[in-house]
Amino acid sequence: MPEPGGNAASTPLMGGATEPTLAQFSSPGRRAWSLPRLDVPVSDVALPEMAEQPPLLPEVAERDLVAHFNRLAHRSFGVDLGAYPLGSCTMKYNPKVCDWAAEQPGFRDLHPATPGTLTSGALALLLEAERILCELTGMQRATFQSPAGAAGELTGLLVMRAYHGENDSPRSRVVIPDSAHGTNPASVASAGYEAVHVPTNRRGMVDLDALRHLVDDGVAGLMLTNPNTIGLFEQDIRAIAEVIHAVDGLVYYDGANLNAILGIARPGDMGFDIVHSNLHKTFATPHGGGGPGAGPVAVVERLVRYLPGPLPEARSDGSLGWFQPEASIGRVHGHHGNFGVVIRALAYMRALGGSGLRRVAERSVLNARYLAALLGDEYEIPYDEPCMHEFVLSVAALKRDTGLRAVDVAKAILDYGYHAPTMYFPLIVQEALMVEPTETESRETIEGLAAAFRSIAQMARSEPENVSRHPVFTPVRRTDDVAAARRPLLTWFMEG
Amino acid sequence: MDFTPHTAADVEVMLEALGMTDVSELFSHLPAEVILQGALDLPEPLAEAEVMAHMEHLARGNRQGLICFAGGGIYDHYLPPVVRSLAMRPEFVTSYTPYQSEVSQGVLQALFEYQSMVAAITGLPVANASLYDGASAGLEAVNLAAVATGRATIWVSAALPPPTRQVIDTFAQARGIEVVDHPIAAGRTSWDETCAGQPAAVLFAQPNYLGVIEDYEAAVRLAHDRGALAVVQVDPMLLGVLRTPGHAGCDVVFGEGQPLGSPMSFGGPGLGIFAVALDLLRRIPGRLVGRTVDENGATAYTLTLRTREQDIRREKATSNICTNQGLNAVAAAVHLAWLGPWGLAEVGRQSIQKAHYLAKRLAELPGVSIAVEAFAREFPVSLPINPHQAVAAMAERGYLAGIALDAFPQVSNGMLVAVTERRSRKEIDGYVDSLEEVIAGA
Repeated sequence: MPEPGGNAASTPLMGGATEPTLAQFSSPGRRAWSLPRLDVPVSDVALPEMAEQPPLLPEVAERDLVAHFNRLAHRSFGVDLGAYPLGSCTMKYNPKVCDWAAEQPGFRDLHPATPGTLTSGALALLLEAERILCELTGMQRATFQSPAGAAGELTGLLVMRAYHGENDSPRSRVVIPDSAHGTNPASVASAGYEAVHVPTNRRGMVDLDALRHLVDDGVAGLMLTNPNTIGLFEQDIRAIAEVIHAVDGLVYYDGANLNAILGIARPGDMGFDIVHSNLHKTFATPHGGGGPGAGPVAVVERLVRYLPGPLPEARSDGSLGWFQPEASIGRVHGHHGNFGVVIRALAYMRALGGSGLRRVAERSVLNARYLAALLGDEYEIPYDEPCMHEFVLSVAALKRDTGLRAVDVAKAILDYGYHAPTMYFPLIVQEALMVEPTETESRETIEGLAAAFRSIAQMARSEPENVSRHPVFTPVRRTDDVAAARRPLLTWFMEG
Repeated sequence: MDFTPHTAADVEVMLEALGMTDVSELFSHLPAEVILQGALDLPEPLAEAEVMAHMEHLARGNRQGLICFAGGGIYDHYLPPVVRSLAMRPEFVTSYTPYQSEVSQGVLQALFEYQSMVAAITGLPVANASLYDGASAGLEAVNLAAVATGRATIWVSAALPPPTRQVIDTFAQARGIEVVDHPIAAGRTSWDETCAGQPAAVLFAQPNYLGVIEDYEAAVRLAHDRGALAVVQVDPMLLGVLRTPGHAGCDVVFGEGQPLGSPMSFGGPGLGIFAVALDLLRRIPGRLVGRTVDENGATAYTLTLRTREQDIRREKATSNICTNQGLNAVAAAVHLAWLGPWGLAEVGRQSIQKAHYLAKRLAELPGVSIAVEAFAREFPVSLPINPHQAVAAMAERGYLAGIALDAFPQVSNGMLVAVTERRSRKEIDGYVDSLEEVIAGA
């Protein structure tokens, strides 16, 4: 059995002391900046609303600035340091060649207002990424404007609204499973709909009979993740789509779990009409500590007319340009979306090609299934169905026996040098831990993860107090989140 | 290329443990009617060098090296190498939203420092850890104002940047929000004090889209007289020289933060800056990092006030936002710290001086006039020729001349021109000479 701390990649290189803030490095007169001297004749520009003095920013030397941020980096964990089995987030390896591509001057220094005739490369890139995405999802066209998955959901829901609006059939409700991501109900509310919840059946899938009871012609559509948030493929997906289509509703695919079915099955063939995908999950673009992401929205042919504009197009003379779909919902981003993320995603798609993308699905499912098999006798896996690219454990039995909770297992995992799984989601599983190893972890890493989980379960039964003290090898011990919320200190001005 | 580490032997061992002999068995439980028969129409895999060649080919398809005089929210400011060097550290780049605070202290503290510096430049006490971009941050401000006041109308300056206005328009109808325009006179918003009703927000940009400095007092007084929030979009690169919106009494400040730390990158990823007054703290959308202690009493950072967020509050959340622009916020923190108060002020001063130098020179050209006064670093030029033609002809001479002002017909043949501290006198003089040729040749 492995020992905690044995390979805790999250331990800072040197010392455990608190890192001061930039404000604490600041001293009047210090500076890092330099700018060329003003080389135009100085004129007396009298403007209103000028400040008497500049804002209260820190004054630091570049040397201290560099040391500070590098020390901060040492106090964080990332995929580049080790396994990150954070369920639903698809924390796979982010290839460096994709970052390289985004930094090409022809992309990096491109202003969004550059006329279309001078941006053929960017337009070609968007069209190429769109074609691959549409082929993978079975859709007709896609917009890259939506800058994240949740923004994609909102965009898709507005497309839904525009569709029913144009057909003079306004709807008020959108159905989501009780296992849905929190962004789904929040997006539904933001789009002006009421969220209606359909329960999950004993197999961990949408309860088809309950759905039939819920659906009438006041329903605009259904939002669904497939594989769902329990990691199971919805067996009745065709029938589910038929129930919605029977009332002229639209079926929305939340692409959070697209990784599991690349090249295996397509949302379009399952009956979905609108598909968002998370380039920062499925297509390996880095998550950046919380963005930037990209949440392109792809639709079937009859919905193309509503997509946000402008969309790129290849014209009959061979040139590339922009056009506005005839019933476009309008802009959802100030410019062309998170273009830098799309560059990385296209580099990834081209590197892998069709066969490599299919291998992603195969090996992400293989890794998850193998890990689940290695854990099944130590942890409860509440639904007895074969998982896809992720699975959900329940620590409820362990809690009954020992008082330890899902959070205790998650915090202990950190001390073995791995990131924790997603905790307490989906909401329908008690003491849930959602585990997604991704396809880029080796067999040895999967076995190492399994050994760490098993070691924790065994320790929990013999000496539970030893589990609840974790993490101890991390830059800080468990943080007091209650105190943080009770007295919010959100800037360095709020202290002292 | 293949980023999976499995050997054939690994796959065999793993399948055997599952009682399988072929990977296709992993999917045998899927309904047969949805399983793809045969391969999709997708390209062949490429070697790394081939990927690079292809991406280089696409990048070269864009006109490179244009000297940039376009703005409209995305600006070509000097970006010091230290920003890339630090923000591209893999721990910042390859981590998720910092839910596990104990292994995310670096990201959390960097975002805390970002929040602190945004509070400093906006003059408001609370800033979040970023939104997507300036335009969608404007939409979040409108939502916040509607919920905070229980009202459904917003009053908007006609000189609000069109991207912001368009994104608000996209969502306004779905949320039952009515948008009322207030007109422009001589480049500035002329607030209609006789306008009836009780708006949720009075929304404007400082400077406005035409580059002109608005009268803070007029907008803030109008908002507060009507019980509305004063909401302003700012250009962060001018906050070293302009009075802070917090000082001027604004309740919500948002803006496009791209020039802080991010390259132009065709307009994204940018950075949605967002700050509010203290009484709006619990209504703010997006992530917030707070300072706390760990169980040993050591200083620590954590995501806080999480009950506002979608994964906990679901349909009652203040916003649906999950992933935001964390890495761009970290880059902005590095850049702001590199500039400090005096560097940010110098960027603003030089940009304004150079813009006024260019404007003065352009006004000397036959048929050219500057349509406004009291502008900062961006201004509308009225040309004697079609502005789209001018932009195309200037590109042949090596300049991205500006943005054709289609949305502002009050400026005849209008083109919006922006100047940053990066533009040298030589580039500015060259721009004037080229535009003169273009006009003469038209």
